[in-house]
Amino acid sequence: MIDVILKIALTLFSLTIAISFYRVAKGPSMPDRIVGLDTIGVNLLSMVAIISILFGTKAYLEVILILGILSFIGTIAFSKFLERGVIIERKSNR
Amino acid sequence: MMILINTLIILSIALGTFFIIVTAIGLIRFPDVYTRAHAASKSATLGVMFILIGAFIYFWAEEGVYNPRLLLGILFLFITGPVGGHLMARAAYFSGVKPWKGTVKDDLKKEYDRKKACEK
Repeated sequence: MIDVILKIALTLFSLTIAISFYRVAKGPSMPDRIVGLDTIGVNLLSMVAIISILFGTKAYLEVILILGILSFIGTIAFSKFLERGVIIERKSNR
Repeated sequence: MMILINTLIILSIALGTFFIIVTAIGLIRFPDVYTRAHAASKSATLGVMFILIGAFIYFWAEEGVYNPRLLLGILFLFITGPVGGHLMARAAYFSGVKPWKGTVKDDLKKEYDRKKACEK
């Protein structure tokens, strides 16, 4: 029973990744693509959680935390680049 | 007891999948960046939190291991999801993306003009 539910959930997640990849490819502006990539990161994270339930192993649980952190850092860096033009600012000469 | 726990796991995973599908529909159907960021940051965060709660209950009930890593993941996503959405929408506004043409109230326009005048 739970196997069937998990496999249906995996199928729907891959559908969602395809849809957000459509948004990444088509999106009229740059922030649209960032929104799509952020959604892809979140989906990958939940796919890893479901796969680790399906295999019954605890070995993949660090991957969830690390994917969350990396996706957040990527989003922050991209939006700072769009807003300021640089990612790491130089010190102003005092 | 086992049936109750299995029902809880299945319910939580089904709710998470539902919210993520809602996110995908929002990414297709909404007209501009701000509404899309609204859909992506809120419902995707809630869906992933439901999925991780389901995984946490599964590993606690079936295998008898208590995983603080999953709880840390839930807490981290709950903090960073809305912050990421806010930064994306703000960067979109200040990099010059116009809102949808049906928008009636634009409170950030004054700040945008002030920042433009400051740069000159």
